[in-house]
Order: sequence, then C-alpha cells, then structure tokens
Amino acid sequence: MDKKKTLLDFFAENKFIHTLLSIIIGFLVGAIFLAVMGISVSEAYGRLFQSVFSSVKSLSYCVVYATPYIATGLSVAFSFKTGVFNIGAEGQFVVGSMSACVVGILFGNLPSAVLIPLCFLAAAVAGALWGMIVGFLKTKWGINEVLSMIMFNWIAFYLSNYIAGIPAIHNEGTAEATRNISENARILLSQDTIKSLGLCPFSNWGIFLAIVMTVLVYFIIQKTVLGYELKAVGFNRSAAEYGGINVNRSILTALAISGALAGLGGALQLMGMGGRISVFSSQEGFGFAGIVVALIGVSNPLGVFIAGLFYGALTYGGSKLTLVGAPTQVVDIIVGTVVFFIAISCIFEYIKYLKRTPKAEAPPPIPDETPGKEADE
Amino acid sequence: MAREHLDLSVNVVEMRNIVKKFGDFTANDGINLTVHKGEIHAILGENGAGKSTLMNQLYGLYKPTSGDIIVNGKKIEMNDPRDAITAGIGMVHQHFMLIQPFTVTENIVLGTEPRKGIKLDMETARQNVVEISEKYGLSIDPDAKIEDISVGMQQRVEILKALYRGADVLILDEPTASLTPQEIVELIDIMHNLTADGKSIILITHKLKEIKESADFCTIIRLGKYIDTVDVQTVNEDELASMMVGRQVTFSVDKPEMTPGDVVLEVKDLHGVDYRNVEILRGLDLTVRKGEIVGIAGIDGNGQTELVEIITGLRKGTKGAITVCGVDIFNKPPRVGFEAGVSSIPADRQKHGLVLDFSVEDNMILQNYKDVPFAKGIILQRDAIRDFASEKIKKYDVRPGDCEARPAGTLSGGNQQKVIIAREVENDKDLLIAVNPTRGLDVGAIEYVHKYIVEQRNKGKAVLLVSFELDEIMSLSDRIDVIYAGKIVSEVAGKDADENELGLMMAGGKQHG
Repeated sequence: MDKKKTLLDFFAENKFIHTLLSIIIGFLVGAIFLAVMGISVSEAYGRLFQSVFSSVKSLSYCVVYATPYIATGLSVAFSFKTGVFNIGAEGQFVVGSMSACVVGILFGNLPSAVLIPLCFLAAAVAGALWGMIVGFLKTKWGINEVLSMIMFNWIAFYLSNYIAGIPAIHNEGTAEATRNISENARILLSQDTIKSLGLCPFSNWGIFLAIVMTVLVYFIIQKTVLGYELKAVGFNRSAAEYGGINVNRSILTALAISGALAGLGGALQLMGMGGRISVFSSQEGFGFAGIVVALIGVSNPLGVFIAGLFYGALTYGGSKLTLVGAPTQVVDIIVGTVVFFIAISCIFEYIKYLKRTPKAEAPPPIPDETPGKEADE
Repeated sequence: MAREHLDLSVNVVEMRNIVKKFGDFTANDGINLTVHKGEIHAILGENGAGKSTLMNQLYGLYKPTSGDIIVNGKKIEMNDPRDAITAGIGMVHQHFMLIQPFTVTENIVLGTEPRKGIKLDMETARQNVVEISEKYGLSIDPDAKIEDISVGMQQRVEILKALYRGADVLILDEPTASLTPQEIVELIDIMHNLTADGKSIILITHKLKEIKESADFCTIIRLGKYIDTVDVQTVNEDELASMMVGRQVTFSVDKPEMTPGDVVLEVKDLHGVDYRNVEILRGLDLTVRKGEIVGIAGIDGNGQTELVEIITGLRKGTKGAITVCGVDIFNKPPRVGFEAGVSSIPADRQKHGLVLDFSVEDNMILQNYKDVPFAKGIILQRDAIRDFASEKIKKYDVRPGDCEARPAGTLSGGNQQKVIIAREVENDKDLLIAVNPTRGLDVGAIEYVHKYIVEQRNKGKAVLLVSFELDEIMSLSDRIDVIYAGKIVSEVAGKDADENELGLMMAGGKQHG
C-alpha cells in the first residue's frame, strides 16, 4: 500500500520522469508492431538510432528537422499557458511561410541583412494576424476558437496553394511550386563551415533563432507584466476581469503572440530548408506536430525545445526505417503512444488526488472535496 | 425544547475511540460519540476539525484506522455507503447530489425504483413519495423538476431520499449553509417532526445559534480531538464557541460611535437585468458615506448580486447613475471603479477573488501588478512582490506562514479569504464592498473578518456589506437597507434593528423609513 502510493506520487509529481517513462513505453509499443510485422526490432531500432547518432552530419540533420517543430511547439505551449488552445498553429505556419516566401522572391535584390529580417517580420505579422482574426471572432461574437482555427487552417492551406500559382511567384518550370526564394533570403551556414564541420547541406542559423524564441517565451511568461496578465486570464478569466485586466485584449494578445511564433516557424522551414513552397495536396502538419511537441514538453519552454529536438530526430531517423523494410509510420506509432501516455499523467494525478494524503501543515483534510474549495465541513 | 421524544435508554449510534489517519496526519484522534433514539446531536468544530471525516466513517465512505462503530447495539464493519444505508443511516451532503433535469420523484427513488416487469413503475413511486412526504410533514411537489425548485426544497428532497431508503439516523452536513432565515426555521421544524417519529439526527455545523435552537446534545471536536459532549440546555453560545476554538471568542464587535462623513458611493435609480435578461433591479437608490457600514439585507435573488456586479463593473446596468467619490463609474470597466476608489471582497472568492492556480504572492498583486514596486516597465519585480506578500501574510496571519509561492488553491477557505482581505484592505480605497464575506468560514475566521471590516469603517472608509446572514448584517451595520424586488424598500438604523421585523421586510411584508 505504502509502496504503491510512493510510486504513484513519484509519477504524478515528477513530470520529467513521467515523460521519460512515456517515451520508453512508446518505443515498447512500436517494438510490438515491428515484431508483429515480422521485422527485427533490434535491427529497426538500431537503424533508427544509428541514423540519428552515427555522425555529425546526421545529428545536424536532426537539428534542421527540429527547428520548425520547436517554433510551432512554442506557439502551442504559449497558448496552453494563456488559456487558449491554438490548434491553428498549422494555418499560422502556412501563412507565415508563404509571406516569407513572397517577400523572399519579390524583394530578392535586397541585401541579406535587410531581406532576412524582413522575411521573418512578414512571417511573424502574418501568423499573428491569422491568430488574431480567430481571437476577434471569439471575443466579438463568442465563436469557439477551436472550430474557427480548424477552418482557418484550411483557408491558409488553399490560400497558399493559390498564391503559389500566381505568375509573379510561380515557378515557370514543371514543378508545381513557387520559384526559389532569393539566395539573400536563405539562412544557410556558409559552404565552408558546412564542409569543414561535416554538417548536413541544409545546416542553418535557424536553431539559434529557435533558442532566442525559447528564451523569449520563457521570459514573457515568467518575468513580465504581460505574462502575468495573460496567465491570469488563462487560469481564471473572471478573477482577471475582476482585478481590472482587459480580458478580450489579453486573449487577442495571446493569440497574436502564439500566431507569430508559428508564423516564424514557417519562415524558418522555408529559409532554412525548403527554399520554395510547393502546391500541396494535404496539410503538411508542422502546426499539428507543434501540439505534440508542446504536450511532450509539458508546455515548459525548455521542455518544448528538447521535445522539438526529440521529434525532429524521430522524424529524420524514421525516414531511414524503410532501409530495413520497416514502414516509417512506426515513428508515428511511437509518437502517438508517447503523447497518449503523457496525456494519461492527468489520470495519475487524479488517482493521487483521490488517495491524497493531507499534510500536517496543509489545509484541513476534506478528502471528498477539491483542494482549496471552502473547507466547510 | 421538544425533548419528550428523547429516549436516553436506547443508543442508536455509538462511535468508540475512533482514530482516522491519512498518512502521517491524524484527522480523528480518539473520538467518542453516542446518539440516542429521538435525539438531535450536533457535532461542532472549526473548519478542518475532523467533523466530516468522522461522519464519512459513519456513512461508510472511509474506514476508521481504529475504533468501533456500533449501530443499534451491533458492531458494524462499514465498507461503503450501502452498508450504512442497510444499517439505517442516511446522509444529506452539504452539496446536494441531485440530478437537475429529473423530477423530485425520480430523484428520490433513484437506485431503488419500483418496477413492473422491466418497466419502471413511476405511478407507485410517486405514491410512495407522496406518502412519505406527508408522513413527516415535508411538503413537496413530486412532479417538479429539481432545477425549478429552491435550495430549501432541494434539501427536503435529499432528506426524503434518505428516509425513502429507510434511514433511522440522518446525518445532515451543514444543512443551513445555503438556506434563507425562513427556510432555516422550516428545517428546524422538520427536524423536530422527524425526532418525534423516533428518528435521530446528527447535525454537523459551526453555527452556534442553530445548535442552541435545535440540538439536544453537542459533541465538540477541536483539531481532530474529542473535547466534550454537553447538554445544550446547560451551556450558552459563548461557552460553546470557546470550547470549539479553544480560547475566548468575542462576538460583540467593538464599534465606536461615528458620524458619517462625505458621500462615497451614490447609486441613483439603478435598473438592471439578470442573466436571463429579466429586469431584476427596478430603480434602486443607495448612498454610503465615509465612516459607516451600510448593510444590504435581503433574500437571495432580489437583485443584490446584480447590484454589486454593476458597481464593480462586471455587469452593465440598463439605466441609472453610480458615482464613487464623485467619479462616474456607471457601466465602466472594473479598472475605472478601482481607480475611483472601489475595493471589494467578492461573493465568490474562488471565481472572482482569486486565481487559484496563481501563487499567493501573485494573487496579492492582482490589481497592482503593473505598478511600482511590483513592476518596473514591463518586467515584474519578483523580490518586491515576495517582500510585499511575506509582510502581508504575517500581518494578516495567513496560514501556513510560508505560503508565498504556494498556489492559492491549496489554502483553506478562511485563509483564501484572508489573502483577499489583505489585498483589498491594503489597496486603501475609500469604498469597501464585502459580499457574504464570511460564508463557509468558522467562528475564528469570522471574528477576524468582522474585525477588519469594522476597522475599515473606523478608519473613515465607506463599507457596503451585502450578506444573507442576518446576524452579520445586524451586528456590523450602522444602517440597514432592506432590498426587495430590486429596490431598497426600507431603511433602519443598525442599533434599532429587530430580526423578526427585518425578516418580514425582506419578504416584502412591511415597509417603513
């Protein structure tokens, strides 16, 4: 009994351990599927790990893959912290990416020092606006933000495909895509650096911007007046209003910042890796992956950064699984299981809450009541 | 006191030397309780003293760590509430467990529905319910839906539910917490009817007056320990209070004579609607001056909630004028009122008063987070916030004493209220609005809250007190305004107030002034 309780406490209280355990379970479940398909688990996972850790080049690939995920993960995590659920990071990512692309093509003659910040700015503004429209619909007419965000993801998707076809942007060749953005808008490391360090050809500065974004999100949430307001509204809208905080403005601000982060993610992907935007037949899923990353990182900025790297590594490593005849979807199974078990943490917390041990200095024991509810016996 | 039904030779419930531990914490430490047939037995104790824990063991929700429970002379092992129900014990929880869209009958028979084959036999059910309600004088409408009936009626349904399951011993957990004065009187009548029929009642409460009015015996528990069982007729309220708290408690509030000064709050011809868009304020006038406490007495639902919401900027009025220190704040956001001089202890401390997930220190600066010294520019000054909070925690005796960084939600109700009071009083505004400031608090905390409210008045602040506790209104107010149907219908001086007369006016019966 006592031992069980300690174990329970341990999982409910230690989020890091819990996350780690969820990841291990994820791999175990993945292993079961591989075994069922008759694929050697050791060979497949060996390949997965080898393709991630074997060389500086593969590691740098993981970082490149991870960069946009960190951005969208931060976007979603920021929204969680401020009481809105930004399921619209996907659309904000897409409009951010497309805005950066348009600027990167049309103003291609500008020097890098001007063009790169301009592209990022365009992406951030576009993402912020995309988030704010939803916020406006919510605060003005009370339209549920989750519904309108899903709509806006599709609007962004088709808008992007449409813009990619406009002659001024469209690639004249055979590819169904935009022209490449100007070299001046790319954020790749110099060829010399890449060669001398043995990095992958797409290695870029984006990860440093991701670090800056991580620190900035942490700073806003923890240290600023703005963060205080947004969190207050997120935790308890009524009390925030009572305390004189403008609730509607806070919701708009939270969605704008969240949108800007996702939009920047789009620019990072474009300027670091893609270099152009294709006409897609389905949503790419960077924004949705952001939800996963935010969940794995328990909405903590540093946690999101690490979770982004993890997700990037799995995505890159997973693409090599076909070499041993395993479907890349195994990675999706692993990630899905991980998220599932992280979500279960609330069950651990609930069980613990049911079996809660009142502490001597704690408020009076009212085990059939929520903590802090009026202790009227 | 109707005592003729009390049969001291029959012990229906005995709890002997009950110990209940949660981990290292001892919630009940050797408690004894004997309840006789036909007795109303009060269990008195502060919040957290272990009253509910004790009763939850009698109702089979927890198992005692050690000790015996004896019902009708038989030692009983209770594993869950079904065992308790079989043993003839019923419990009415403070928060009712009723299904809102179901009818009274459906709720009462729930789980023990009479059947005809595989069909429910609602006709028999209805008859049974009518029968049992007539037997105990608990008149109800068996076909009404729970969502349409008053709180007092819902309580009757809960009591009937227990009786329907054959309860001989009824545990009532804080039964008067949400009742109006009239409903309380009716409840006490019902309790006496039940004991006349040989039932026994265990009454969990911290309201001394009700114990005096209804109970035969009273067992006092303090910090989990058994203090004493007393014959209620032989003790007075002050003695009960000091046994409960463990020290002398003063009920009389020290209130020097004061001459009210300038008008601080002025409400003129206020009209407003409630959440259903029904007009609930119908031309209300109100003034509160410096150095006076104006109490608003009234039955819930006569517009007092909306009045406060409109003054504090949470709701828009449809017509009228409100000024605070001469500044127009009618239909302005809460910030404007705050800056004009409004501070308030809101009715719902968990919804409006606190951000429960925020730390205590963050809650202390809920209106001032932008101001020096808590923020410089856009950066919060964590050290200044911590210093401020530590000082106020000490000054207002918020417990535990090192709770600066703890989420406010982990504090007890009384301590949550202290956090709000610390914040609002320290804001040092000209007007303090307090709405049911002691709801759910125990005697010690109530004394404390009252002390601070009167202190504000003595400092020359204007205080508007809205409370459903008539005693509170009468003991604190310099002036009592009775609200009925969205208007102030009469006004009496606090010292001349008579409870019965106020009760009548609150019911719309009589007007003067």
